[in-house]
Amino acid sequence: MSLELKHVTYTYSAGSAFQATALDDISLTIEDGEFVALVGHTGCGKSTLVQHLNGLLKPTSGQVLLDGQDINGEGINRRELRQKVGLVFQYPEYQLFEETVAKDIAFGPKNQGLSADEVDRRVRRAMEHVHLNYDKLVERSPFELSGGQMRRVAIAGVLAMEPKVLVLDEPTAGLDPRGRDRILGMVRELHREGTTVVMVSHSMEDVASLATRMVVLSHGRLATQGAPREVFKQRELMAEAGLDIPEAAKLCQALIARGVPLPEDLYLQDELREHLAQLWKEARA
Amino acid sequence: MMTNITLGQYYPVDSPVHRLDPRVKIVLTLALIVCVFLAHSLIGYALIFAFIFFTARLAKIPFKTVLKGIKPLRFILILTFVLNLFFSTAGNDLIRIGSVRITDQGLRQSVHYSLRLLFLVMGTSLMTLTTSPIMLSDGMELLLSPLKKLHFPAHELAMMMSIALRFIPTLMEEADKIMKAQMARGADFETGNLLARAKAMVPLLVPLFVSAFRRAGDLAMAMESRCYHGGEGRTRLRTLKLTKQDTVACLLVAGLLLLIILEGMLLPKGWLL
Repeated sequence: MSLELKHVTYTYSAGSAFQATALDDISLTIEDGEFVALVGHTGCGKSTLVQHLNGLLKPTSGQVLLDGQDINGEGINRRELRQKVGLVFQYPEYQLFEETVAKDIAFGPKNQGLSADEVDRRVRRAMEHVHLNYDKLVERSPFELSGGQMRRVAIAGVLAMEPKVLVLDEPTAGLDPRGRDRILGMVRELHREGTTVVMVSHSMEDVASLATRMVVLSHGRLATQGAPREVFKQRELMAEAGLDIPEAAKLCQALIARGVPLPEDLYLQDELREHLAQLWKEARA
Repeated sequence: MMTNITLGQYYPVDSPVHRLDPRVKIVLTLALIVCVFLAHSLIGYALIFAFIFFTARLAKIPFKTVLKGIKPLRFILILTFVLNLFFSTAGNDLIRIGSVRITDQGLRQSVHYSLRLLFLVMGTSLMTLTTSPIMLSDGMELLLSPLKKLHFPAHELAMMMSIALRFIPTLMEEADKIMKAQMARGADFETGNLLARAKAMVPLLVPLFVSAFRRAGDLAMAMESRCYHGGEGRTRLRTLKLTKQDTVACLLVAGLLLLIILEGMLLPKGWLL
């Protein structure tokens, strides 16, 4: 299942005094099985872009293609489309509404018209995916849970539709480190199982260890894209886009500047640690 | 889909009418309403119409915009006219077909009532078009403040009004977001019969209420942390001052009121309706 954006431009309140271009001629392909990280400064158009991926917003001009088919064209079943491309909004816990966790997670599958047995199976699986104890939590009210648990219930609500492409808009915003690690671990697992993932994030640390490709947006335009290693090398471009680079990459570059012989493109803590340990051993020997 | 709803109907331009003190505008609008009810003939209504028309001109508001305020009321207007026309039995018959009668009194009443309704809406929308909601609630508070002696919560009322106004766009945005999130889970807000649609609103309304209460709690906390303790001893950012323009406006409306009263006294009743 590949997603392709072709020259997508989106203008808010077109024709009025408040007209603002949120996306400017974005062309982008997301291949099956990729883990794409979408990064950029606040207001760069990330959230607008992800809403184009499942047809919640229609491009002012340009096209969004799912397996070669225009998703805003005639004869497209929107419900089916939104099942295939699951979108988890920012702070998704604010969308919970049902009396019990089970009912809330079942909302999506029920809208798909699945049988009661199948809905139940999916609720179980989704809760397993997000590491929520089915027997303990399933009959609880979602409003009694902790913030991190609520977020996981909301994500389970999207996972229960078993989407081929999972789009997450800042899934770790406002969570404590443990909650963050839980969510990221879960996303990593889903990607391993074959789900295509698109994740919007502010945190370069999160992105660095997970993404197979990074897409950098700046002021509604595509600034650059590529493997994290390639993108993090372009330090100036990242700074221009209002973004940081991972701490490991920063440390590595600072050490190089002081004459430590390290490769220029390190950005993961593990690899930096290995290199430094190696250097230390060599110096002692 | 919800961003195109403008807040209230304030028409933001700079004009002498916009610059008037909101207190004065509220009082003058009340005076205009009195005029509308005192008018006895088409001459009186013509005077009121002329006044509204020229005020709109002075306020740089296209007359079309003033008329737009009537649109939601068009059915009530038509109903008022038709009911009074066909169901008044007093007076002499003008037309009689079977049991359907149209009497001269009925015609008079239907014309009067619909014109009154029309001018009421036009006059008040002229005020809301030229006064921002914040100014309006400020003016309201000051006008009602003498009632504080009778323990009337004028300040609290105005504060509630401004907070409510402040949160309308926020809640709209929130509603839009929740709607989209539920649509992403396959919710359908647009098709189905009335019952199905009402049911489809539950996934929107529950989170919206939850977040409204959360916001209210947060705001109360934030206000208290900044030492808010009600209106006592509170000074204001915009102090309202009466100017020459306010005096002129008062004189103009007083003139209109005088003319309307004279019209009622001098013209014999029933002359020109």
